[in-house]
Amino acid sequence: MRLLARVFIFAVTLILLSAPDAVLAQTLGPDGAPNPTASVTSERKLLQQGPRIEGGIDIPDTRAHVLMQPAGRSWDYFHEVLLRRGGAIIILGTIGLLAVAYLILGRLRIEGGRSGQTVLRFKAFERFSHWLTAVSFVVLGLTGLNITFGKVVLLPLIGPAAFSDVSQAAKVVHNFTSFAFMLGLFLIVVLFFRDNFPARVDIEWVRQGGGFIKHKHAPAGRFNLGEKLVYWLSLAAGVGVSLSGLLLLFPFQGTNIAEMQLAQIVHAVVAVLFVALILGHIYIGTVGMEGAFEAMGTGEVDVNWAREHHDRWLAQKLAEERQASTAATPAE
Amino acid sequence: MARMKFLCDADRCIDCNACATACKNENEVPWGINRRRVVTINDGKPGERSVSMACMHCTDAPCAAVCPVECIYPTEDGIVLHSKDLCIGCGYCFYACPFGAPQYPKVGNFGSRGKMDKCTYCAGGGGTEAAGSIEEFEKYGSNRFGEGKLPLCAEMCSTKSLLAGDGDIIAQIYKERVLKRGYGSGAWGWMTAYHEGIEV
Repeated sequence: MRLLARVFIFAVTLILLSAPDAVLAQTLGPDGAPNPTASVTSERKLLQQGPRIEGGIDIPDTRAHVLMQPAGRSWDYFHEVLLRRGGAIIILGTIGLLAVAYLILGRLRIEGGRSGQTVLRFKAFERFSHWLTAVSFVVLGLTGLNITFGKVVLLPLIGPAAFSDVSQAAKVVHNFTSFAFMLGLFLIVVLFFRDNFPARVDIEWVRQGGGFIKHKHAPAGRFNLGEKLVYWLSLAAGVGVSLSGLLLLFPFQGTNIAEMQLAQIVHAVVAVLFVALILGHIYIGTVGMEGAFEAMGTGEVDVNWAREHHDRWLAQKLAEERQASTAATPAE
Repeated sequence: MARMKFLCDADRCIDCNACATACKNENEVPWGINRRRVVTINDGKPGERSVSMACMHCTDAPCAAVCPVECIYPTEDGIVLHSKDLCIGCGYCFYACPFGAPQYPKVGNFGSRGKMDKCTYCAGGGGTEAAGSIEEFEKYGSNRFGEGKLPLCAEMCSTKSLLAGDGDIIAQIYKERVLKRGYGSGAWGWMTAYHEGIEV
């Protein structure tokens, strides 16, 4: 480890040493003497050399060393134009697609009807972890969207003073709820890790059309490939928003202005995609499919629902139960 | 209508920091708030220049555009003001500002920021306080502009490096200087702030 660290430090030093000096070469006059007039440091040349102009300053604030960063205008363009348009298209588009899906497929019913018998799908702690993440996600989503869309949607409705109060509260709530979300995400990732590993049955599930063909039920274990995708994408997006969010939560702690801008861009883009993903997840877990919500509601699902959507898991579960009951009955 | 701008003639700036001091004194800004600062480029090397920088009161100000509560706006003189009553301290104006102008008092935990503070061109504040009132002074600082005066930083600059006033007039003064002395490192920040440089 120590050797690695040394090599790393050496490499960094080398890179720093080889970095082109911002100093303009001193221009010499015809007589060979330095010509101060021609050696003048021009703003234009400095901006051609790098994205920012930095210098020395007496106050101990690293941010103040940056004299100029024209990239602020690019970030402004991203935030005000690209993010607002792109975000609106992605989120409203997802809602539109889900509405179309509902119109075409309708609510996917339990084909065999309810059996009246239930089987435990999610334990209490699993449900707690899910809802901790879910509630904090919704809170974070709404308070986060307010930063980008609030002044377009909410401000004209409630006026500047009330909107400012709402946004101030939203900012504080967003900052603190983030920790609940990160904890929930961690729990979910750990609890459902094993059952979300890709399995052979996933290929079969895709081959049989997954959940997209109405009267056909593809085989699946505890989680089908669709759910596994939600799991892995949520993990990726969750880590993305959490890391970038932590950088934003502790501004300029080891980051410079360009990195802060990048952190905000990553945070916003990943969050918009995450919202779209979770909209789909909410749809299929509520109005999209009969019998699905109970899994996270009471934890108990109807046996017929389980047979249609998670046949392999149900078989395994029933086998386990049978084994447990025979083990519990004393031998005669 | 005049369009108020700042222009720092870096070939005249001697890094005395009197502008920063005058600003602090005139506006009685709290500790840690630096509305104006002087940055030295290539310190001790050939081509060294110092530039006094504060809010440039940009055209199409990016801070105003990104503000999620729309508390920043330009006045009819082109001065960019903001309302501390509406500001939520999100820090976005600092990310957007090309000149590092917005300042935040540190309040509470994490990186939470108080109400943004920045150069007001000594023109009071953008809130509801009466111009020239004690309330306005306590929140935003001096309102020299309302008394027909220019920002104190530029007014008391010993080498007249820092110029404030109508953009066309100060650009003309700078042009004449450059022509007379035969060189100039440019009107720092003008292309970024006002979408126009000063061609000599």
